[in-house]
Amino acid sequence: MLPENIELQIVTPERHVLAETVQTVEVPGKEGYLGVLPGHAPLITELGIGILSYRKESETRYLTVILGYAEVLPDRVIVLAEAAERAEEIDVERARRAREQAQAEMAKVSAGSPEWLRAEQALQRAAVRLEAAAKAGTAGREAVHAAS
Amino acid sequence: MPTLLDYRRRIRSVKSTQQITRAMKFVSAAKLRRAQEGVFAARPYAHEILRVLRSAAARVESTTHPLLERRPEERILVVVLTGDRSLAGAFNSNVIRRATAFLRENSSKKAQLIAVGKKGRNSLKRAGWSFAAEYINVSANVDFATAKEIAGTIAELYAKREVDAVYAVYNEFKNVLVQVLKTHKLLPIDPAVLTEDGAEKAREGQRSGEESLPHDRTPRGEFLVDYIYEEPVEEIFSGLVPRYLESEVFRILLESAAAEWAARMAAMDSATRNASELIEQLTLQMNKVRQAKITTELIEIVSGAASATS
Repeated sequence: MLPENIELQIVTPERHVLAETVQTVEVPGKEGYLGVLPGHAPLITELGIGILSYRKESETRYLTVILGYAEVLPDRVIVLAEAAERAEEIDVERARRAREQAQAEMAKVSAGSPEWLRAEQALQRAAVRLEAAAKAGTAGREAVHAAS
Repeated sequence: MPTLLDYRRRIRSVKSTQQITRAMKFVSAAKLRRAQEGVFAARPYAHEILRVLRSAAARVESTTHPLLERRPEERILVVVLTGDRSLAGAFNSNVIRRATAFLRENSSKKAQLIAVGKKGRNSLKRAGWSFAAEYINVSANVDFATAKEIAGTIAELYAKREVDAVYAVYNEFKNVLVQVLKTHKLLPIDPAVLTEDGAEKAREGQRSGEESLPHDRTPRGEFLVDYIYEEPVEEIFSGLVPRYLESEVFRILLESAAAEWAARMAAMDSATRNASELIEQLTLQMNKVRQAKITTELIEIVSGAASATS
């Protein structure tokens, strides 16, 4: 019999971010988003920088996930991320500043250099944070516009 | 012979020192609690990474990875973890002594050092060592980014074959009163870690409990699960090995920080106690002097009165 729910666990080295019983999960795989329903075949994938969303009852929630791995089992999803934040926790102001800083940094150094790559990653992080915050509706319209 | 006033001054100064040590004790206790929470919070991740790594290791044809490669040990890298400040009892000097002894034992090999913590860096620098890298102000607030950076540095040196083995010398947090000095081999990664049997052996060193996720329903012998791998399993495996190293480095940083705050708390506790004792002694002596003074005055008055009446 197929399980009806998924036990979603999100852990980072610094904390246990989330443990919830949910109906569907979408994880940001390295090569694209991956939707998971209960009863999914066991799977392991690498994660990129992106937004993880899950549906619990009729509510959809969002988290940012930054690099790591996800293990999918028929009744469980374990996300091992380097960093993860719930959309509600995101400091929009800070993310916005980080984005500007990263953009300025990228403009200064030559493309492809280690500094540039680091700045690009920082930019990506800031962008997903803003996007997640926007999706969760904690940011104003401006952020929505800027993140897209 | 010190006068009454001298004693009063001494006591006042000891009291103010005691206030400082007491405050530092409370600060250390708070920091210790945070460090301990960090140690606990890091366990589920470390546990899960290891589990996924093992199941990937069981699927790859051959578990080869630059970080697993064994070479004759000719050049070693030693990561020395100390605190940034003193007043932590023997915490820093123990690590430095152990590191120095370890380097002496291995004096036939070429050694490089990485210093984590100002104290270790300064005293080893004075002893004439130079560092491949140094990290300071880590223990006050250990974050994963630092662990990642350190792990990245040592992995790079190892993969470039600049060193043949990496050791960490650090204090492990046993409990509030006891820190255990450890010399731990970080690289090459022990292949036993990749199998369940070896894991049991490796886990003996760690404390049991609270390692796995709450409501963990992982069936033992997870190996049998036939995973689909989104990316080639070799790729997942070689990606996981450095993650494992990162989580090991992070664990060591956290352990060392917890041990440091525990040592500091104990040191400040005994300093506060010593100050109380000193105050008691000084008060006793002060009272003696005061009594002697009163007695002398009385004798003077009595003998004065006696001479006046006679």
